[in-house]
Amino acid sequence: MPPPRTRGTALRHRLAELRGPDVPAKALDARALAALAANPGCARRAILDGAGVNKAALASALGAPSAFGQSQFALTRGNAFEAKVKADGGAELLRLVHEKLDRSAEPPTGARVPDLTATGPQGRTARTALELREAGAHPGAWTLLDHPMLALDVAGSLAFLEPDAVVVHPDGSWTVVEIKSFPLLDGSADPAKVGAAARQAAVYVLALEELAARLRPAPRVRHRILLVCPRDFSNLPAASAVDIRKQRAVTARQLNRLTRIEEIAEKLPEGTCFSPELPADELTAAVESVPATYAPECLSTCELAFHCRTRSREEGAVTSLGRPARAELGGLSTVAEVLAAARGETGDPADPAVAALRRAAALRAEALEAAACR
Amino acid sequence: MSLISTLARLEAVSTGRAQPAATVRHRHLSDRPLVFVPLTTAGEAGAPLGALVGTDRDAPRLLAVPQPRDRDLRFAFLAELADVVLPYVDGCAEAVEAAERTETDPETGKRIKVEVDLCADAPQLIVPSRAGIDLVRLLGRSTRFRRTAEQDPQAPYPAPPRVPLLGRWLTHFGERARVPGSSLLLAMTDVLGRHWATGQSTLEDQHLGALLAWIDPPEGETGAQAALRAELERDERGQLRCPPAGPATDPAFDNKLLAPAIERYDRARTALAAAEDGLQADDRLGALTAAEREIRDLVLSRTRPTWDAVWRGLDRLRELPEGAHVEERWTRDRWSFTGHRDRVLAGEPPQPRRDDAVTAANKLATREREQARLEAQEALDDPLVMAGRRLSGEAFAGEVTDVVMAYSESKRPSPRPLVTVRTDDRPHLGERTKVYRSLGGKPQSAEFVTAEEDGAYVVLRILDKMGRGKEPEPGSVPEKGDRVCFTLFEHEQRGGAKLPDPEETPWTHGGPPGEPALEAADPVTEEDVL
Repeated sequence: MPPPRTRGTALRHRLAELRGPDVPAKALDARALAALAANPGCARRAILDGAGVNKAALASALGAPSAFGQSQFALTRGNAFEAKVKADGGAELLRLVHEKLDRSAEPPTGARVPDLTATGPQGRTARTALELREAGAHPGAWTLLDHPMLALDVAGSLAFLEPDAVVVHPDGSWTVVEIKSFPLLDGSADPAKVGAAARQAAVYVLALEELAARLRPAPRVRHRILLVCPRDFSNLPAASAVDIRKQRAVTARQLNRLTRIEEIAEKLPEGTCFSPELPADELTAAVESVPATYAPECLSTCELAFHCRTRSREEGAVTSLGRPARAELGGLSTVAEVLAAARGETGDPADPAVAALRRAAALRAEALEAAACR
Repeated sequence: MSLISTLARLEAVSTGRAQPAATVRHRHLSDRPLVFVPLTTAGEAGAPLGALVGTDRDAPRLLAVPQPRDRDLRFAFLAELADVVLPYVDGCAEAVEAAERTETDPETGKRIKVEVDLCADAPQLIVPSRAGIDLVRLLGRSTRFRRTAEQDPQAPYPAPPRVPLLGRWLTHFGERARVPGSSLLLAMTDVLGRHWATGQSTLEDQHLGALLAWIDPPEGETGAQAALRAELERDERGQLRCPPAGPATDPAFDNKLLAPAIERYDRARTALAAAEDGLQADDRLGALTAAEREIRDLVLSRTRPTWDAVWRGLDRLRELPEGAHVEERWTRDRWSFTGHRDRVLAGEPPQPRRDDAVTAANKLATREREQARLEAQEALDDPLVMAGRRLSGEAFAGEVTDVVMAYSESKRPSPRPLVTVRTDDRPHLGERTKVYRSLGGKPQSAEFVTAEEDGAYVVLRILDKMGRGKEPEPGSVPEKGDRVCFTLFEHEQRGGAKLPDPEETPWTHGGPPGEPALEAADPVTEEDVL
């Protein structure tokens, strides 16, 4: 008789089944993290990300391929810039950290840059944790961790994260570094892109805090991260400290609120599998067995958005026109319902949403008629 | 989004066609706009890849940068762009009409009228999408501080002669686009989205192809189907049939078509440089020209559909009658254009990277004032916009049921007639709330006296625009049976408190900015992209 499995391994086993035989798990990337924050209530996204399903491949197999992709020009340029920032053992990067975040500390000279190579995400995570603990044994020294691997518990399953860099200060505190290739123009950058970088960094900070809590004494994880971007139109790095306390609080709350993956997994029919190898109709049925909460914002954050959008439109869901539209229509959630109520065919006139709708329809008709007469 | 526009979107979903969101055109359209469809290279801050530009829809000028990382080629692009944009701008700057402006006399400090020139027309730049406006601003920023060889013989990479001037104009267009209701620089998606409600979300409306598919669906297809094709349909090479309006390109295009073409160009160029004799050089020059033409064709294939879409959008917009106040707002654009023309002619330095405190405060105040003006004017011009204001309780319309003459209690009694209006609207009227109606294009004000029968009858006291006599002038007081529409918002915007001159900036705001110094050009390094 095999030994009774713990809950953790049982779940891991179940998620591997969902992913399909011999399909490797996909790490939670920046886009999945953004989707996490944008739509925490979506069970479909939660289970697919939690199980490490490759959503881009899944979307293609469903016949609704995602429009995401990265241009090789952007990739080359991004990598070249990151390499430039981290050149010479991270001398320039550490100088920026010292200048922007920790001016009272000794200027960094000859920082420690431990080797973090290991096999598999688990191995790299362990290696990172080891080196972070080790850095604590060298007070007064700067340590740069280049592409460390962190693990974060997302709704019951481990997600692996790879920040661009983590710096250990001489006082033992940790700073997350994000290197982006959008420019810092005259001291300001695109707020939408800075916001996305801050949300991403907030997830790394949360993962580091979990790790720090296991160490004695627990090191401080700084809540100001360093954002490094090209300056103006050049390739020279410029940095700015970004306070991510707000993003951290929001992300932490949403992570706690996430429907437990276990609960979603339990509700799935036996034998459900999301492997892109399956025929399209079986796959569609599997995907449809998990409810989604589609909103147009998904289009920029989730690979499966086109599939969900088609479904949402077929159902005539008002949310496919945007969340604000849904908000002002009270209990009416489909296009047909709303239009029938506006025409006075259905709906309770005492319902304020219905009354407002009829008033709006009457005013609109009157205005269009007035315009047609001119 | 108001409930009325949500309703329009829902109707669009059920009918499969975009529904009107305006009954008149709220933006000025020039008879001869300059359409600019730019493309940029991914990952670089605004490094141009190419563009279609021009005023003739059948003969756009194609500009292309075969190797976007090459500074000389980028400068050649900008110089060519300047050759199109600057003559167009100059063409509008020549014809002037006399106008009056109030200025403060420097000696007496009194406000006096002075005769000045006002350009009879202004240039109008049209880009496909909002990201295009950002690129115009970015190109302006990257070029206006550049030095030409003539300005600074020591400049390490001198810019072609007219490029800094181009930068100043693009900056002006970009700044003006931030003023609500202005039409010097328009994004086609914004203007179309203002006038039509589609059956998709505002996020999806940012795609020009999809937006036009809803407004003007092809025969036998619904807007939703056509929009979906515009968004996603790819040809046998995996390329989008309706390429994104840019300036960013589709990654599949970059990776599959553009990158190999650029590589071939680079190889041809290296081969030409290594040619050993004239005959070989001729051959290799031919190969280089062919490689360059290939990239130009690629750029054309990605920009031409957008170019045609922009003109189709213009056609649809021209079908709408122009709103009554559009001309007045365009005159403000002409003032702004004339002002910048004069600054350039006077030899003033380019716009600074950061505005001084007074200029910045003035700009913000202008934008706020223009926003309020735009909202009021759009409502007055367009019953559909007014319907939204009526729904939200900011205006009401109805029939006059009773007029009672009354007079003010002063030494010389003036007419203060009481007018009763029957209305179905539910305006938010408090005691003595001021309301306004348009009387021959001027606002007439009244105050709220009382409401009867649960708000169905509103009694107002008319306050002005009735002449100086004891009896109101004919036509100045509504009569029984008239249809009237009163608004709770003012029709004309008053200027805010006057700001001090820049030389008088208080120390709390950084003190006087001092003499406008010519700002240094951006330092250039080997790896710079612009």
